[in-house]
Amino acid sequence: MHPAYSIIVFTTLSGLGYGLAVVLGLGFLDPSLLMTKLAYLTSLALISIGLAASLLHLGNPQRAWRALSQWRSSWLSREGVMAIATVVPLTLSAALAIFGDRHDAILGFITVLGALVTVYCTSMIYASLKTVDSWHTKLTPLCFLLFSLAGGFLFASAFVGGNGLVEELLALLFVLLALVAKMVWRNRATTLLPISTPETATGLGFIGKVGLFERPHALDNYLTREMGFRVARKHAAKLWVIAFVFCVVLPILALLLALAIAGGLTAQIALVLGVVAYVLGVFVERWLFFAEAKHAVMNYY
Amino acid sequence: MTSLPQNRTAKKLGLVIDLDVCVGCHACVISCKEWNTGGYGSALSDQHPYGEDVSGTFLNRIHSFEVTPEGGQIIGEAGDARVVHFPKSCLHCEDAPCVTVCPTGASYKRAEDGIVLVDEDKCIGCGLCAWACAYGAREMDLAAGVMKKCTLCVDRVYNETLKHEDRVPSCVRTCPVNARHFGDLGDPNSDVAIMVVERGGFDLMPEQGTRPTNKYLPPRPRTSLSDSAPIIPLAENTEGARGFFAWLDKTLDRI
Repeated sequence: MHPAYSIIVFTTLSGLGYGLAVVLGLGFLDPSLLMTKLAYLTSLALISIGLAASLLHLGNPQRAWRALSQWRSSWLSREGVMAIATVVPLTLSAALAIFGDRHDAILGFITVLGALVTVYCTSMIYASLKTVDSWHTKLTPLCFLLFSLAGGFLFASAFVGGNGLVEELLALLFVLLALVAKMVWRNRATTLLPISTPETATGLGFIGKVGLFERPHALDNYLTREMGFRVARKHAAKLWVIAFVFCVVLPILALLLALAIAGGLTAQIALVLGVVAYVLGVFVERWLFFAEAKHAVMNYY
Repeated sequence: MTSLPQNRTAKKLGLVIDLDVCVGCHACVISCKEWNTGGYGSALSDQHPYGEDVSGTFLNRIHSFEVTPEGGQIIGEAGDARVVHFPKSCLHCEDAPCVTVCPTGASYKRAEDGIVLVDEDKCIGCGLCAWACAYGAREMDLAAGVMKKCTLCVDRVYNETLKHEDRVPSCVRTCPVNARHFGDLGDPNSDVAIMVVERGGFDLMPEQGTRPTNKYLPPRPRTSLSDSAPIIPLAENTEGARGFFAWLDKTLDRI
């Protein structure tokens, strides 16, 4: 599948934003601290940038509001509705923290629920597509949720600045859980047998093996550009290692360093670098998520 | 409303495509583009039509496949490889995933005849329906930014200003070899439904669970090249020999 930048930016940044919203909603951070107020603003900024980016790949973004109407059947519509609905309690919580130095448990709980459901809906846009075998699994929402939570706790650790033992341990836990889930996901994706083949796609399997003799068009079309993307597959192994180093190794090193020296400016700098590495790593991971995915329509090409 | 219609009538308009007959001339591709670029909605645009990187939006495409039976790489051994021309357009699925994924309600399936359509005024051009379609039936028009797809020429089949023989999809009307047939596949007595039963019409990618309305008729079995050649070369055929030559033939066979 073609890895559109707007979709990668959207799933990465808003995923992290909602992850941070979960940590804030659970009340891990002291609302009276300046850093907590900044964390609220960061969460809102990540979500807003992500949602704005998601509009960029649309053919007619001026009609995007219509996407909120079909929540009965469409995961994309559900995602849109939930994304906006969750911003309301998050903004109220942010206002309460910034202007009142308070954390409201009920608002926080609604934020947590909304954020988790939003990330789940995002992942289900992909997991619900039967046409892409590697996405069509319950492991896809699991990976999206764990990456989101790992990012949320990493961000929280960085904001707390080496003084939050619980946040750091939870960040460590979720980074490792995300790694395990992603490894199982990737193992499935690389070993699965596609449910559709050129034989089932043409119905000609009863005669013999089906191969393309002549394409319907000499050059690319929308379908081959959108579903037949192959560039990154060449470097998939290298990109996977890069994603692993940036998503797992560097953030864990930063967390361990912060745990070892227990606070201070060095710990905070290490954690901020860890967060930056993690964000870059998730970008690469999302790039691979799209670029490596094979679509059933390519059985015709 | 992008949920699939609950109160469907029995009517299921669709196409039956005969893979035995199609010669791969692409006439249906051109007539489809000609009809559908000038009618309802936005035109089917081309990008760089006179440049090096030509591409454009089409609702109907013809692929050509080579089908090779086991051992068929060697001519005359186990049946021969053959080329099958394969027209492909929207199959107007019963369980159309392109309809249910649509976030705006632009994509819909008609309750009255099962035709799957896009309301272009509602389409935001997100492309998710094209991702959901296993058959590549939907193409985004890059100029208009909306999704285009086969309408089963809904603006022809009910059009009373056209002559009766023209009230079929453009591809069906134009096919020079009658490889494409249009009708109500929900009516077991319709010509198309009978054709499907008699010829063993099949669904494409049944494992995707989409239940396509359009059916494909398989290529008929062919006599292989080796079968059509006489087993004993004509020059060596002694059948019908009489008298001395028959005796000589038999005696020499025994040695």
